Amino acid sequence: MIHTPSTMSVVVFAIFVAFTLGLSFYFAAKTKSAAGYFAAGGQIHWFVNGVAFAGDYLSAASFLGICGLVAFYGYDGFLYSIGYLAGWVVALFVVAEPLKRLGKYTFADALNSKFQSRGITLSAGISTLVVSVFYLIPQMVGAGSLIKPLLGYSHEVGVVMVGVVVVLIVATAGMVSTTYVQFIKGSLLVLFSAILTGMILSRGLTVDDRPESMQPQTILTKPDGTKIVNGKPHGHKEGEADLRPVGHISRLPDGLKATGPLSPAGYLAVLQRSDVVTWKKETKKTDEGELVTYTPQITPGEKLLRPGNSPTFKGLQSNSLMARLDFISLMLALFGGTASLPHILIRYYTVKDQAAARLSTVVGIGTIGFFYVLTLFLGLGAMTSGTLDLTDTNMSAPLLAKSFGELLFAIISAIAFTTVLGTVSGLIVAASGAVVHDLMTSVLRIQMADHSKVRVGKIAAVIVGIIAILLGILFKGMNATFLVGWAFSVAASANLPSLLMLLFWKRTTKQGITAAIFVGMISSLSWILLSADSFEKVYKYTAAQAAELSWVPFSQPGLVTIPLGFLTLVVVSLMTKQQPLES
Amino acid sequence: MAGLDHVASHPKEVEDMVLAARNARYGMVLFLFYLLIYGAFVVISAFWPEVMAREALFGVNLAITYGFALIAIAMVLALIYTWLCRGRAAG
Repeated sequence: MIHTPSTMSVVVFAIFVAFTLGLSFYFAAKTKSAAGYFAAGGQIHWFVNGVAFAGDYLSAASFLGICGLVAFYGYDGFLYSIGYLAGWVVALFVVAEPLKRLGKYTFADALNSKFQSRGITLSAGISTLVVSVFYLIPQMVGAGSLIKPLLGYSHEVGVVMVGVVVVLIVATAGMVSTTYVQFIKGSLLVLFSAILTGMILSRGLTVDDRPESMQPQTILTKPDGTKIVNGKPHGHKEGEADLRPVGHISRLPDGLKATGPLSPAGYLAVLQRSDVVTWKKETKKTDEGELVTYTPQITPGEKLLRPGNSPTFKGLQSNSLMARLDFISLMLALFGGTASLPHILIRYYTVKDQAAARLSTVVGIGTIGFFYVLTLFLGLGAMTSGTLDLTDTNMSAPLLAKSFGELLFAIISAIAFTTVLGTVSGLIVAASGAVVHDLMTSVLRIQMADHSKVRVGKIAAVIVGIIAILLGILFKGMNATFLVGWAFSVAASANLPSLLMLLFWKRTTKQGITAAIFVGMISSLSWILLSADSFEKVYKYTAAQAAELSWVPFSQPGLVTIPLGFLTLVVVSLMTKQQPLES
Repeated sequence: MAGLDHVASHPKEVEDMVLAARNARYGMVLFLFYLLIYGAFVVISAFWPEVMAREALFGVNLAITYGFALIAIAMVLALIYTWLCRGRAAG
């Protein structure tokens, strides 16, 4: 779809981004030391830190991705919300306190606190780099999706813009300001999502019985790249056509045409008893080019509000064992992934003691949990708002806001954009930190003065930024939260076994940790790259071809590769028992 | 560039290892409890998705009710954990 930007949305967006950048630079200017992030950390109040947890965690995947999945496929998108929040239980109850007690500040440092091994630093550094890059992809894809309706630029321009701005932030400001920026961003995201949910409930549900809302839509992409949409050249001028926005209810219970305001439970109960029009996408190669057809389908709300309606989980409704294992595998990765994300646990060290760390986690879980409850309403609201863009699931939440007016759309988009900026900045610093601190200083033992470290760090940040831009363009059109699912799988497979066994199994050896990280990372990465999902969504084969070409029985790796990481650690540790230290 | 050197500026907390062990035990019990209800949710969704379509509370199906409950229970357990740890520390 072609989106025309409005002056108001551009102005609000510019004010928002300028304010965020200004705040970021202000706090950065106040702290000059290289250890600024943690120097600020010791004094940060637990409540601010708790909301900043939410700001850190609620990335483009949570806001844009989950809302998009719910808007297109119903309940299946909400499964990600449940899994992401459950991951915090592992982080709070199992990993956080022992990790804080070790007194270390990066994932590699914590793993290495007992052994001082270069092997561990190397594997943990590479794992941090890989997970950060995997996590960066959906953020960049989300940024590209946002820029289209907001400023009217293409996806590619959006991705490049975010990349350039973030590299500028990282190269000039650094991480010290992140806590306050994330606090403000987290608060605004939750506040405006709550306002939007209130507006959805107050609007209620309405039947759209116009005949054109049930007309199929087509996009023909010719070999020279020109597009024919619904039989006419793509555009908004006379004689041209664009895809119609979709998403409506075809029947409400008891013959109603409109419900009026509804309570939260009432909204869900009514939708469950209604019929919703969803769209089936089919791609065909023709003599004229690639033809994509979107066909409307009347789907009972009862079916949409239970698991198994999305392409990812549709096997749950059949008797396919592999589809069930695929689902369990993803839910396991989401459960174990949060505690394994290198850039998340660092926030535990920004408060002064363990009591404050616990309190800030409670605030974080409360804020994140409340937001995830809202994602279901936002997604369902978008599903029935008549604003969905069939070509991009990630745009559902901002376009839903647009159905309530330009101002709300501009605010929501600007918050989402700063969400992307914040998360990408943090990830790029984490990745360049891994290059300089872990790989160059600790593994290669390159002696560098403080200013050289900073210079190399900036170069690394620029390189990671360029990689992120390229991947953001390559993965265009994929759902952001689906991509984050992959990042969680790699993080949980590579990092979780080492982290848990180091904390709870005394016979863990340095060789065991190193081997487990490498085996978990390589096996999960290979599994993903050879899966049917990759063949279909990344290498662009048809679903049938992808199923045939796939090397693995199901697409999500966690169920196999997380236990494989544990097994590797135990076997290698037993084979390399440590000798007792001489007194 | 800040954030590359990971150094603490505040003194390391002096702590009682007995309390730390107790906290870890509380954490493990609460974690296992949550694992049980999360695991049940995943297994039911995977093998008996039709059960999730049954009506549960306020006309809303089990899938949504269970999902909201998992989010709410995580918050309640986090509060209980904080309260338990704080109570012991004060004692």
